[in-house]
Amino acid sequence: MKADTTEQALLKGLANNDSRAIETIYRDNFTMVQSFILQNSGSYDDARDIFQEAMIALYEKAQSQSFVLTCQIKTYVYSICRRLWLKRLQQLGRYTNHVDSLEETVQVEEDLEMHEKRNAEFAIMDRALGSLGEPCKSLLEGYYLKKMGMQELAAEFGYTNADNAKNQKYKCLMRLKKLFFSQYNIGD
Amino acid sequence: MDDILLLEAIERYLSGDMSSSERAYFENLRKTTPEIDQMVVEHSMFLHQMDIYSVHRNLRQTLQSTHAHLLETGVVNEGGELTTKGKVIQLWKKYKRVTAIAASVGGLIALAITALTLYFSPLNNDQIEQLSRSIAVINGKLKAKETKIPAGAVPVSGGSGFLIDTKGYLVTNAHVLKGSGVIVVSGKGQEYKTTIMNIDPEKDLAILRIDDQDYQPLKALPYSIRKLNSEMGERVFTMGYPRNDIVYGEGYLSSRSGYDHDSLSYQLQLPVNPGNSGGPVFNNNGEVIGVLSTRQAQAQGVAFAVKSKNIYQLVDELKEKDTSIQKIRLPSRTTLKGLDRTQQTARLEDCVFYVKSFN
Repeated sequence: MKADTTEQALLKGLANNDSRAIETIYRDNFTMVQSFILQNSGSYDDARDIFQEAMIALYEKAQSQSFVLTCQIKTYVYSICRRLWLKRLQQLGRYTNHVDSLEETVQVEEDLEMHEKRNAEFAIMDRALGSLGEPCKSLLEGYYLKKMGMQELAAEFGYTNADNAKNQKYKCLMRLKKLFFSQYNIGD
Repeated sequence: MDDILLLEAIERYLSGDMSSSERAYFENLRKTTPEIDQMVVEHSMFLHQMDIYSVHRNLRQTLQSTHAHLLETGVVNEGGELTTKGKVIQLWKKYKRVTAIAASVGGLIALAITALTLYFSPLNNDQIEQLSRSIAVINGKLKAKETKIPAGAVPVSGGSGFLIDTKGYLVTNAHVLKGSGVIVVSGKGQEYKTTIMNIDPEKDLAILRIDDQDYQPLKALPYSIRKLNSEMGERVFTMGYPRNDIVYGEGYLSSRSGYDHDSLSYQLQLPVNPGNSGGPVFNNNGEVIGVLSTRQAQAQGVAFAVKSKNIYQLVDELKEKDTSIQKIRLPSRTTLKGLDRTQQTARLEDCVFYVKSFN
């Protein structure tokens, strides 16, 4: 079954970070996932975590060039959440065979593997930035994440000119790279 | 070349900010110097990682705020007001038969265990002694002043008791009440006529009610009564009447079970004397965790206390037996947390009474 046109539009919106599309997908699917998690000994917080994790996985899939979603968004999200939750239960040592599997599911193992790799990378970068300290952290976030100009950053951080700020930014960047690559193995 | 300059060059190269001649020179440099080539690849990858990180972080934030928004508008529900009635009924319908079978099996087992317990349980033995006071000790001072004990009645036993409801409901040990009538005496020496409401010799607990015009209810009780079990090592203290004046004692909880594995009580390391029976055992937060009942005869300072959750059972029994007294409300909040011990005892003193039983 090929996803219909509305769903295609939603996924496109998601890939472009359109908040309306995100809200629609959220609205249409969250309750289903929540009741699944609650029924299988999870909490409200667990439901939120797992669902948002699945949204990120869906986003990654929508972004990738080889993207084809061969089922409904609902089915895909449910399958991801189910997989993620079973895994979490297993980690907690509370694996149950009673997870109800009456709903339609699709194979998501490969996507999840990819997603977990991304998550690990995200965590490494997050830790690296976190242990960088100020003002390095904010300076780099301003430039690379918020895409602010050097001039603007110099003014905000109180450097006398953009060149000094730039110099400082490169010093910080070198430290960040060191922190990042110390945990991230290029060979893998 | 300076590291920073090189990094800057790489970044400009990757973002396409170089002029064509500069670019050609740099590409040549890449070809001839493998280290620089490696650095370019590495940096390009790093920037890509930063981009992905940035996008993911934004997405996470968007998801959080979407969640909050939907929660606010009521599309998403996280418990609270949702009614679960439908679900309960469904579950009941589904498991009616199973429940019935489980209940009857449970009932049979309960009966069998009760029979076994009755058969095997140790009856009164001399290994432990109850902490009620004998008549001789009490007699001494009683006659001296006017008392509410009816003329001609003989005091037979005494102990301690404490309030569980400001309306005048007290808890004490069942073995303190050897006689047919009871009075309680406050720390200030005021006597009150009292009625036995419920007595359970198995648990060794009893509920009394002050029925006396002189009694003026306290506004609130400063302590709560603990429903859960307490753990070993918890510091405890007690107040009671081994003499005619109130006496304080402290120690710790040494075992989750009482004498001879009795799961209804705790073992305490606490110096107690006859007369402490029925006195409350508090933890540092001012929660009642037990009711002092017995001590071991051969061992120094080993005492046993009935677990506080049994009080709840006794009160529930009483409510079932006598429907006119639905209003007992056990105190559920302690206001003694974090206070000095002297401040705690000052506030507790008025809630602990001397219990005298007579025939």
